[in-house]
Amino acid sequence: MTPSHPTQEARRAQSLFDATILAGAAKDAFLKLDPRKLIRNPVIFVTEVVAAIVSLLFVRDLIVGSGAAFSGQIAAWLWFTVLFATFAEAVAEGRGKAQADTLRRTKSDLVAYKLSADGKSFTTIPAASLKVGDVVQVAAGELIPGDGEVIEGVASVNESAITGESAPVIREAGGDRSAVTGGTQVLSDQIRVRITVAPGSSFVDRMIALIEGAERQKTPNEIALSILLSGLTLVFLIAVVTLWGLASYSGIVLSVTVLAALLVTLIPTTIGGLLSAIGIAGMDRLVRFNVIATSGRAVEAAGDVDTLLLDKTGTITFGNRMASDFVAVPGVSQGELAAAALASSLADETPEGRSIVALATGEFGQAAPTEKPDQVIPFSAETRLSGVDIAGRRLRKGAVDSVLKFAGVDDVAAPKPFKDAVARIAQSGGTPLAVADGNRLLGVIHLKDVVKPGIKERFAAMRAMGIRTVMVTGDNPVTAAAIASEAGVDDFLAQATPEDKLAYIRKSQEGGRLIAMCGDGTNDAPALAQADVGVAMQTGTQAAREAANMVDLDSSPTKLIEIVEIGKQLLMTRGSLTTFSIANDVAKYFAIIPALFVTAYPGLAGLNIMALSSPQSAILSAVIFNALIIIALIPLALKGVSYRPVGAAALLRRNLLVYGVGGLILPFIGIKLVDLAVAGLHLV
Amino acid sequence: MSINGWLQIALLLLLAFILIKPLGAYMARVFEGERTFLSPVLGPIEKLIYVIAGINPKREQGWLAYTLAMLAFNLIGFVTLYAILRLQFYLPLNPQGFPGMTPDLAFNTAISFVTNTNWQNYSGESAASNFTQMAGLAVHNFLSAATGMAIALAVTRAFARSAATTLGNFWVDMTRSTLYVLMPLAVVLALVFVALGLPQTLDASVTATTLEGAQQAIPLGPIASQEAIKQLGTNGGGFFNANAAHPFENPSAITNYLNILAMLSITSALIYTFGKTVGSVRQGWALIAATAILLVAGIVCVYIAETSGVPSHLAMGIDPTLGNMEGKEVRFGQAMDAVYAATTTAISNGGVNAMLGSFTPLGGLVPMFLIQLGEILPGGVGSGLYGLIVFAVLTVFVAGLMVGRTPEFLGKKIESREMKYAMFAILVLPFAILAFSAIAAVLPSALAALGNAGPHGLSEILYAYTSAAGNNGSAFAGLSGNTVWYNTTLAIGMLLGRFAYAVPVLAIAGSIAGKTRSEASAGTFPTHTPLFVGLLVAIILIMGGLQYFPALALGPIAEHVSMVAGQLF
Repeated sequence: MTPSHPTQEARRAQSLFDATILAGAAKDAFLKLDPRKLIRNPVIFVTEVVAAIVSLLFVRDLIVGSGAAFSGQIAAWLWFTVLFATFAEAVAEGRGKAQADTLRRTKSDLVAYKLSADGKSFTTIPAASLKVGDVVQVAAGELIPGDGEVIEGVASVNESAITGESAPVIREAGGDRSAVTGGTQVLSDQIRVRITVAPGSSFVDRMIALIEGAERQKTPNEIALSILLSGLTLVFLIAVVTLWGLASYSGIVLSVTVLAALLVTLIPTTIGGLLSAIGIAGMDRLVRFNVIATSGRAVEAAGDVDTLLLDKTGTITFGNRMASDFVAVPGVSQGELAAAALASSLADETPEGRSIVALATGEFGQAAPTEKPDQVIPFSAETRLSGVDIAGRRLRKGAVDSVLKFAGVDDVAAPKPFKDAVARIAQSGGTPLAVADGNRLLGVIHLKDVVKPGIKERFAAMRAMGIRTVMVTGDNPVTAAAIASEAGVDDFLAQATPEDKLAYIRKSQEGGRLIAMCGDGTNDAPALAQADVGVAMQTGTQAAREAANMVDLDSSPTKLIEIVEIGKQLLMTRGSLTTFSIANDVAKYFAIIPALFVTAYPGLAGLNIMALSSPQSAILSAVIFNALIIIALIPLALKGVSYRPVGAAALLRRNLLVYGVGGLILPFIGIKLVDLAVAGLHLV
Repeated sequence: MSINGWLQIALLLLLAFILIKPLGAYMARVFEGERTFLSPVLGPIEKLIYVIAGINPKREQGWLAYTLAMLAFNLIGFVTLYAILRLQFYLPLNPQGFPGMTPDLAFNTAISFVTNTNWQNYSGESAASNFTQMAGLAVHNFLSAATGMAIALAVTRAFARSAATTLGNFWVDMTRSTLYVLMPLAVVLALVFVALGLPQTLDASVTATTLEGAQQAIPLGPIASQEAIKQLGTNGGGFFNANAAHPFENPSAITNYLNILAMLSITSALIYTFGKTVGSVRQGWALIAATAILLVAGIVCVYIAETSGVPSHLAMGIDPTLGNMEGKEVRFGQAMDAVYAATTTAISNGGVNAMLGSFTPLGGLVPMFLIQLGEILPGGVGSGLYGLIVFAVLTVFVAGLMVGRTPEFLGKKIESREMKYAMFAILVLPFAILAFSAIAAVLPSALAALGNAGPHGLSEILYAYTSAAGNNGSAFAGLSGNTVWYNTTLAIGMLLGRFAYAVPVLAIAGSIAGKTRSEASAGTFPTHTPLFVGLLVAIILIMGGLQYFPALALGPIAEHVSMVAGQLF
C-alpha cells in the first residue's frame, strides 16, 4: 500500500539526530533565548525570567560570599531547562531546513523566456520578476520558471525535484494534466505556460516556508493547549508567591532561590518546552511522507476526520478490470475454455487481455499454443471483440452480444447456462466476456474490478478507529454495491458526479462529521475546498491544488489513510506529554515541600518518601530532573508516540498507562537517582 | 469506628442515591417546560408571575443577555439585603430590638447570602431580627440557590443543543427553580421538621427555669422553615450561631439524617438532570460516580481521623473508643459528624453539626481540602454542576488529545475559547484563597483575630478564605471574623468565588451552544466509562487540589506531625 521509491526511502531514512543538524540546532538554541522570541512560549518565558532572577541572586551570593554554590547550580540548571527547550525546537526546525535546502537548490538562478504582450517575441527575464498572467515558453532541457498552467503544447516533465518520483509525467494544455510546478524540468517537446502564482508564493516557496517553520503559526489546538499551560503556570505562580507569606507566618524564611526552584519544577516545562517541536515534527513527518500541508491546521483536522471519501478506482480497486474466472457452458471443459481464452488473448496487449493470459497460465495451468497464429484480430470499438485465427480455429472473445453475433447464435437461442452465467456475472458487478470458437460458444470470462489485497483489513482498522469509509464511483449502483461489500466500506456513492460529492460532504458536515477526500480534477475543486481535509494529487490541475489544503506529491489516493494517522499521532503526542508533564508534579511536591519546611516542623520529614539526602540536594535534584527530562523526551517529541489503529478507549488506556501512570512514577525514581548522584558528587 | 457507624453512613448514602433519579427526572421535566404532577397547582401561579413581571417565557436569551440578567438580579438582591441588614431596627418583626448591622458586617453578610455562602460573622440569635431572618436571609436562601440552578441550566442546554444561539430565559429558569423545586420541597421539609420538634414561631424567646432555679431566656424564631431551605439550597447559614449543633436546629438523629439527605438531594439530582437533558443518562451517572468517590473518600478519612483520637487525650486516660469528642454532640456520634462535616464541605453547604476547629488536624484537613477542590463533590445547588463540568472539560481536553483527536465533550469540540474561560474559572479559587491567606498571615491586625497559635492558627486563616471563596460558609471556629479586614476581604473572596467563576462558565456555555454537536464514534473519547470517572477524579485532585499542598503542609499537616510528637496549639 505504501508507495515507495528511492528518494522517499532516503528521506525517511534521515536519522533522527544528524550531526550537522544538531550542531546548527545547538547554535540556534542560544539565539532563541531572545526574550522577544521566547515570549511566544509563556511557560519557557517564565522559566527564563526566573533563571535570570536566580542568576542575579547568584552574583549577590558571590559578593556576599555565602550560598553561592547552591544558587549558582540552581541558576545553571534553570538556564539549561530553557536551553533544552529552545534546543528541542531548533532540532525540529533544523530537520525541516535540511529538506528545504534540497528544494531551494532547484529554484536558484531560474530564468524565464517571457512572451511579449503582442505574442510575437520573447524576452529573457529572471524568474523572480515574473507576474501572474505572464506567458513563458519552456523547451526541452529547461526548468519551468514558476507555477502555472500549460496553455499550448504537450511535454514530458521530470518532477522528481518535488515528488522524488523519477519517472517523467505528461503535461498538456487543457484537461486535468495542465498544471506545472516551478523548478521542474521539461524533458521533451516545448510548452507555453501561463504563470498563475506570483514568485515567492509559488508551491515550492510555500513548501520551503512551511518546512522551515518560518511561516509557522500556532494551530488552534496548540493555542488551546498553550492557554491551559499558561493557566497552570499562573496557578502555580500564585501558589509559590503566596507560600512566602504563609511560610513566614510559620517562622520559615524562604529564599527566592528555592521558591524559584519550586515554581519551575511545578509549571509544565516539559510539555511547554516540547510543544512547538511536536508541531514542527508533525508537519515534517507529513513532508517525509511526500505530502505538503498548506497549514498546520489541516494536519490537526486530519486527526479529527471521521469520514473518508475514497475514489474507487486506484484506491480501493486496481485501475483495471481483471479476469477472475472462466465459466464454461455444458459440454466444454473449463480447461478447454481457458485454453481458448488464452489463445485469443495472446496478442491482446490491453490490461484485460494480459490478465486473461495470467489467469489461464497461472491458476488454470494452460500453456500458450506453440503454433504461430494465422491472423490476429485486434480489438476495435466497432466489432468490440478480438482474437486469433490459429490452426484453422477462429477464436474470439469480446462483448457478449458481439461474440453471439460472430458465432451466429441468436440472443434467444443461446444456451440457458450461458445466459445464466452472463446474468450472474453482471449482477455481481463484474463484466462478462464471451468466448467462441467459430460458431461454437465455449463460455464466459468473468472480468472484475479486483479489490486491492489488504484493503478490507485496512478499512476494518479504520472502523475500529471510528472512521467511516465511503467509496465514490461512477459505476452503476449494482456494481458499486458489489465492490463496496467486497472491499468492506461503510457506504458508497454510485454514479457520483462532482455535485453529488459536494452535496454528500455538506450533508455529512451538517451532521457534525469531518470529511477528508482526495481529488485531482478541476471539477473536484469545490468538494476539495468544502471537505475538512482535501488532498489534491500533485498530478492534478492547478484549481484542485489551490482548493485543497494538502497536496500529495506521490499522487497516491490511499495516502489519505496515512495522513489521518499522522494527524492523530500529532495530537496524541501533545496529549501524552501534557499528561506526563502534569503527572510529574506529584513527585516534585514530595521532593521539595518537606525540604522547605522540615527545619520548622521536623515531623514533615515523613513526607520525604524518596529519602532524599538533604533539603538542598532534594531541591537541586528536582530541578535537574526537570531539565533533563526535556532532553530525554526530544526523540519522542520528534518521532511522535506510536499510533495503532485501535478504538479510542483502547488507545486511551494504553497512553494513560504509559504517560499518566508512568508520569506519576518515573520522577520518583528519576529524582532519587539524581539525588544519589548529587550526594555522591558532593554538589551541595 | 464501629460497624454501627459504618452502617449508618452506608444507609445514609444509599438513601441519598435512591433520591437522585426521581428528583433528577422531575427537574428535567420542569426545566424543559413539560407538565408535571404539580403543574395543575403551580402552572397558573407561574403564568401569573410572568404576566405581572412582563416576561415572555418563550423569548430566550443569548449567553450575554442571560449573564447580564443574572448579574442585575443579584445586584438588586444585594442592595435590598444590605438595606434590610442596616435598617432592621426600623423594620417590623424585631421583638428583641436588634440594632442595624455595622456597614462592614452588613456588607459581608449581604454578599454572603447573595452568593449562597452563608458565612456568618454575626450570631443569628443576637444580631438578626425575625424580619431579617425571614424576608432577608431566607429569601436569599431560595434565590441564591435558584441562581445557581439557572446558571447550571444554561450550561446544560449549551451541551444539549446544536448550533444554538440562546441558552434559555434567566427569569423563567429562576421562576421554575423556585416555584417547582425549592418551594415545594422546602414546605414539605419544614413541616416535617416542625413535626420532629423544630420551633417555628415569631416569638422572641421562651423562658425556662434551670435546675438551679434561675430563669433563662432561650431565643426562638421561625427556625424550621429557615432550616429546610438552608439544607435544600446548600446555603448552610444557621438560625443560631451553633448552627446544626444547636438542639433547636437539629434536635435528633433523625433530623440530622434529614439534614444531610436534604443537602445532598437537589445538587446530586441536578447532575442526573444534566445527563437526561443532554441525552446521555450514563454521562450523568459517570459524573455522579466521580463526585461520590471523592465524597465517600472524604467521609471515610474524617471518620477514621476523628475516631483515632488525639494522643495527648489518650495519655490522660480518656476512653480510646470514643475518639476525639471535643466539639461534638453526643446525640449524633462520630459517624454522623464525619458524614456531616465531609458533606457540608463537599457540597458547599457550610452548616455544621460539630465544631470543625476542634477536629483532629487531619479530620479538619479533609473538609478544607474538599472545599478547595472547587465545591463540586457534588457541590452547591447548580454551582456544583457547572464547576464539575469545567473539570470535565479540562479532563476531556488533556485526555482527549491522547486518543488523537481534538478533544470533545458530548460531541462539542473543546477549543481555545473554552480553554481560556475554563482557565479563568480555575484561577479564581487559588487566587482568592491563597493570596488573601498569605496577606492575612503576615498582617498584624489580621493575626490578632486568631484564636490559636501555630499551624492551627494558619489553618483558621486558610479555612476562612477557603470557605469564603468556595462559597461554603462553614468556619474553623477560633477566628473572630467580625473585623473590617475580614468582613471586607472575605466578602471579596465570596464575590470572586461566585461571580468571577460563573461569568466565564456562562461564556463557555455561550461558545459551546453555538457549536454543531457531532456524533460519537469508535474514535471519540468515551466520557461515560469507569476510565473517564477515574481520570476526572485524578484531574480534580491534580489540577484542583495539588496547588494547596504547600499551604496545607504548613497548616493541618504540620499540626498533625506536631500532634503526633506531642505538641498542641
